[in-house]
Amino acid sequence: MLKPVKILTKMYDVPEGWTMRAYERAGGYQAAKKALGMPQATVIDEMKKGNVRGRGGAGFPAGVKWGFMKPDPQKPAYLVINADEGEPGTFKDRTLMEKDPHRCIEGCIIGSYAIGAHVCYIYVRDELHLSKERLWSAIREAKDRGFLGAHPFGGNYAIEVYVHTGAGAYICGEETALLESLEGKRGEPRLKPPFPAQRGVFGNPTTVNNLETIAAVPTVIEMGGEAFSKLSSLHHLNDGGCRLFGVSGHVKNPGIFEACVGLTLRELIYDLGGGMSRGELLGVIPGGSSCPVLLPSEKVNAPDEKSVLHPWHGQSVLDVPLGVDTMRNLGTMLGTCCAIVFSDETCPVAVMQNLMAFYRHESCGQCTPCREGVGWIDRIVTKLLHGEGSVDELDRIHDIGNGIMGNTICAFGEGSAMPALGLVRKFRRHFEEHATGKPCSAGGRLDA
Amino acid sequence: MAFVLSAEREREMSEIFTRYPTRKAACIPLLHLCQDQEGYVSEEAMSYVAEQLGMAPSQVKGVVTFYTLFNTAPVGKHQVWVCKTLSCALRGAKDIIGHCEKRLGVHVGETTKDGKVTLRTAECLASCGTAPMMQVDKKYYENLTSAEVDRILDRLLEA
Ligand SMILES: Cc1cc2nc3c(=O)[nH]c(=O)nc-3n(C[C@H](O)[C@H](O)[C@H](O)COP(=O)(O)O)c2cc1C
Ligand code: SF4
Ligand code: FES
Repeated sequence: MLKPVKILTKMYDVPEGWTMRAYERAGGYQAAKKALGMPQATVIDEMKKGNVRGRGGAGFPAGVKWGFMKPDPQKPAYLVINADEGEPGTFKDRTLMEKDPHRCIEGCIIGSYAIGAHVCYIYVRDELHLSKERLWSAIREAKDRGFLGAHPFGGNYAIEVYVHTGAGAYICGEETALLESLEGKRGEPRLKPPFPAQRGVFGNPTTVNNLETIAAVPTVIEMGGEAFSKLSSLHHLNDGGCRLFGVSGHVKNPGIFEACVGLTLRELIYDLGGGMSRGELLGVIPGGSSCPVLLPSEKVNAPDEKSVLHPWHGQSVLDVPLGVDTMRNLGTMLGTCCAIVFSDETCPVAVMQNLMAFYRHESCGQCTPCREGVGWIDRIVTKLLHGEGSVDELDRIHDIGNGIMGNTICAFGEGSAMPALGLVRKFRRHFEEHATGKPCSAGGRLDA
Repeated sequence: MAFVLSAEREREMSEIFTRYPTRKAACIPLLHLCQDQEGYVSEEAMSYVAEQLGMAPSQVKGVVTFYTLFNTAPVGKHQVWVCKTLSCALRGAKDIIGHCEKRLGVHVGETTKDGKVTLRTAECLASCGTAPMMQVDKKYYENLTSAEVDRILDRLLEA
């Protein structure tokens, strides 16, 4: 259900909304002040009630994650914010950093306090120069105002926030690669366990939260967790609050929109996105390129009353609310909640080739199935695109993809194999045309 | 010649060290300082960083070569990165790249003869809603048209 709200985007249209003056005038930093006067466990409890599902892609409940942090007198705890925003199709965190950096810093203050950290690093991808500048300037202003440093809000709980940057590597968005990178190393993912809460950055207990996740925190504290969660029509699925939805590709009005959780893909594409800019809708990748594609012709098949999807049984997948569990049950993922839309003038083989080139370039190369498998799929799909592949090779993509799944150190493997398998299965006719030398109706193009 | 950071960058380096519990964590920020100064990270700069951090130069080199944004050889005065990933590709990135190649007279990956501009393609730059887009040095240019690209490139070539 389309329920627009203005919480995360409250400052977006305010002149110089990124300054302390504007943010405080809008009631900023009251939540941090309040939180620092609450017991830490209560802050974590509110986050649990808020049902904030991680906005970085995996959808893990943020409050539960905070609850994993166990105080250790021997080891300092760290809060690390993931603002590496590199998932193709995703451009939401950047808007928060550029337009409301103080909300991000306020979230960092509350989060650090809740998990027992005195130092917080925000890992921003290097290309986002304006984001870094705005965050640093918000940190300086917050220090000057006495909201950061040795005595935030006059209390004795010291908090420092620093911006740290990468140097161009998608894999550094994976949380353990990010921690390696933060330690000054190559961004190669670590085997889990140990999880970051046990052994994170510099060998210490660490929580990694996505930037949008942390930006929601001040509102959770301000409204109370339950009230925040109930904004969502998926509150009953523990998927609460409001969030940023993105849409890009062949729509008339691409962009970032804020709405309560429960928005459908149809509303995102046709109401907020303004509808198709050309042709008819052929496919939509719901939340960043690692999520398998959905087709408008697909219907929900959930006759079982206990199924999460039962209320939408028989309807188009476009009419299912965008939630972590609803999308998972449709065989795809909510991911970063930024959809990529393509029209029927687009060649799906070219879509896949574009994505596989990306994954091939970005694999860190530690695991053979990922390094070799993704490269192999890329070679095959490139041949198919140029009408040089065979049906045999097309079928081999299934084996290669299945060989990657579950056999790698990090989720990059699944994140590249799943969309490949989805595209090949759902656009079988198009791929077969390419494999048998028939002319491609879209001329092998992406932009028609 | 041995590499040293300028006095101002050296001060910045000292400040960077205060942010982390280990020296090594300053590795990537320091490499950025070196590249800001020279346009790329030379072997000498890697040795310098290694010495500052108590690391082996080969370790630093391992870091440098992992990350796309570090140049290991001199590049043009300006860096043009055109995003080629899906959202941009769906909105004409290929034409923008072709247009840049023609206008600059180089292929992707090359530098103009006068050393002013290096043209490269980038993977998704988190600007998908304003596609097609490109980054020139530290600035984003969004919702590009060929006419807009001409204006941007002309400014770089004339300067
Ligand atoms: C290959 C890969 C890339 C990722 N990139 C990002 C990213 O750019 N930003 C992000 O927040 N999370 C990214 N993640 C997810 C993180 O590993 C982690 O789940 C997330 O930062 C946790 O924050 P959250 O619980 O608040 O979502 C990525 C994961 C994988 C496997
Ligand atoms: S799955 Fe791929 S990206 Fe992840 S650690 Fe293995 S090789 Fe690296
Ligand atoms: S695909 Fe070009 S900025 Fe994301």
